[in-house]
Amino acid sequence: MQLTRRDALSLGLGATALALVPLRVSAAADEAIAAFTGGAAPAMAGITLTAPEIAENGNTVPISVDSPGAVEIRVFADGNPTPAVAAFTFGPLAATHSASTRIRLAGTQDVVAIARMGDGSFAEARQTVKVTIGGCGG
Amino acid sequence: MISRRDFLQAGMAASAIVGASGFGNWSRLAAQQALTQDQLLQFDTFGNVSLIHITDTHAQMKPTWFREPEINIGVGANRGVPPHITGVDFLKKYNVEAGSARAYALTYQDFVSLAKGYGKMGGLDRCATVVNAIRSDRPEALLLDGGDTWQGSYTALKTEGRDMIKVMNAMGFEAMTSHWEFTLGLDRVTEIVENEMNFPFLGANIFDTEWDERAYPAYEMFERGGVRIAVIGQAFPYLPIANPSWLFPGLSFGVREDNMASLVEEVRAAGADLVVCLSHNGFDVDRKMVANVPGIDVVLTGHTHDALPEPLLVGKTLVIASGSNGKFVTRLDLDVQGGEVRGFKHKLIPVFSDVIAPAPDIAAIIDAERAPFEAEMAEVIGHTDSLLYRRGNFNGTWDDLICDALLSERDADIALSPGFRWGPSLLPGDAITREDIFNATSMSYPNAYRNEMTGEFLKVVLEDVADNLFNPDPYYQQGGDMVRVGGMGYRIDVTRPQGSRISDMTLLKTGEAIDPATTYIVAGWASVNEGTEGPPIWDVVESHIRKAGTVTIEPNTSVQVTGA
Repeated sequence: MQLTRRDALSLGLGATALALVPLRVSAAADEAIAAFTGGAAPAMAGITLTAPEIAENGNTVPISVDSPGAVEIRVFADGNPTPAVAAFTFGPLAATHSASTRIRLAGTQDVVAIARMGDGSFAEARQTVKVTIGGCGG
Repeated sequence: MISRRDFLQAGMAASAIVGASGFGNWSRLAAQQALTQDQLLQFDTFGNVSLIHITDTHAQMKPTWFREPEINIGVGANRGVPPHITGVDFLKKYNVEAGSARAYALTYQDFVSLAKGYGKMGGLDRCATVVNAIRSDRPEALLLDGGDTWQGSYTALKTEGRDMIKVMNAMGFEAMTSHWEFTLGLDRVTEIVENEMNFPFLGANIFDTEWDERAYPAYEMFERGGVRIAVIGQAFPYLPIANPSWLFPGLSFGVREDNMASLVEEVRAAGADLVVCLSHNGFDVDRKMVANVPGIDVVLTGHTHDALPEPLLVGKTLVIASGSNGKFVTRLDLDVQGGEVRGFKHKLIPVFSDVIAPAPDIAAIIDAERAPFEAEMAEVIGHTDSLLYRRGNFNGTWDDLICDALLSERDADIALSPGFRWGPSLLPGDAITREDIFNATSMSYPNAYRNEMTGEFLKVVLEDVADNLFNPDPYYQQGGDMVRVGGMGYRIDVTRPQGSRISDMTLLKTGEAIDPATTYIVAGWASVNEGTEGPPIWDVVESHIRKAGTVTIEPNTSVQVTGA
């Protein structure tokens, strides 16, 4: 039987499903984070990351970050082939130090937000975002 | 000085005592076959506010059999605690006598013999009688529905929920929240909300994806008995994941804990004395949410169909679980003074349909809505020698029958059937009518697909669904029970992480291990993807039952569970 695109969709299971076991942290993610922090250990307070626990659509996951006092915030998807997904810089006159965007996730993984503060220190927040096949809902 | 906590604990004790004496009386009386409506409804009015909660009726307007789960596994912090206890453990925990009317209503044991003794439960005309009785005690009692109300029956499917709207309007519901409602399609939901229902459709966590603004009112303020009550609605958080998002495009859901916290602050600032969350989160998600979000006095939980005879206290929040299918109506009386709950009294009222008289006005609406469909619903398709039920974490006998139908009618190696919690039971010897088949399958995306999947892909599917049920963090549990499987056996260790829970997948017809590289023919239904092709599942099941005449379901031993 030839599996057409329509048939593949009708499985009830998206084509992305084969990547659905939680992704490992890639070496590229560790490297990208280290390159930003210079190896400094970030504080686990001072930044808020808002993301869904389970993505409604892994191709467009809404996230927002907020870190009063930050001069720069970077967002990493630690299981994506290209982990660095966003960088926001805030000038001295910025009214708020927050930003929102939508990111693409290859599978279940941690989203990591790291802020560089005015004094050169770093702050980190992270959250697991699950990407699932779906269906079967109660 | 007595603290607020002391008051709550005193209230809890009073509730437990009322409950305990109630159980005793009922079991004795039941033994004499002498349950009475007055005893079921007996309640000494307390405080200054009454809440009435009904949830997850799944459009069951008439009385049904509904067997409670035998297997309901909790993981992580929720292992072995309510609602994750069943059978003897449940009876012991809540001091319920085995064989009593309450044991029949709340647990699965001796279900068949007790069902014959105590009769069917539910019926919205009987629920209406309970509501009327509470309102005669307390005219300003607030009647709230937790959702999953417009789907699950033949008539709700054919009328796109109109039958249920009419009944809800006539019963005087004052607010609801939602889940399966959205599977009617966004246009129909909008039509109902704007033109047909005469009470608010609340969803604090429903946002439009384009502007990230609320799509429905988050809460409604009521003033009852001099108390300002804020009812915040929380829809099922995982709708676009668990159900087809193409049916309600442009809407986003989620738990949105921060959103709930800011709403609680908002309603308190607006003068609310009592904050009630009318929720379709599911029990464990609600338990976590109210532990993290301060200021919610009562959460009326839904989705997971749990029926608990006593409130569960999380911090200062009362968690109320009112069951499903119209089997129960919760009455919660509260004493609210100066913006604080000073005490409460609670009763999970079991709706024994042969004991509680139907309210004539509601019975007339139900009959009128059913009349055009009565002949086609009543047609007997076959009979069952076995108890047919669904509720439970793994395969129920209804699911086994559906999987058998998929395997034979669609000529497949393996069948997959979704882990829904709805669907009433049938007793051995019962006729299976077309209505009964629809009660187990009725929904707006019923196509039974037939396709090829590799063994590797099947493993991914089982692991994915298992994590949606057994992830130790409730916020990462997506919804239903485990996918039901026909033609294939497997082992599951619920304590393992995703990717390593499932093992020993075996093709039952050959006894051989499932090979990751081999392709199997798989039949299933209720795909969340648009454009799924195949006959509706009810036609598949009807054809199978017609051929069988009388169905017999052998005990299913092909799923081996460990770590529970």
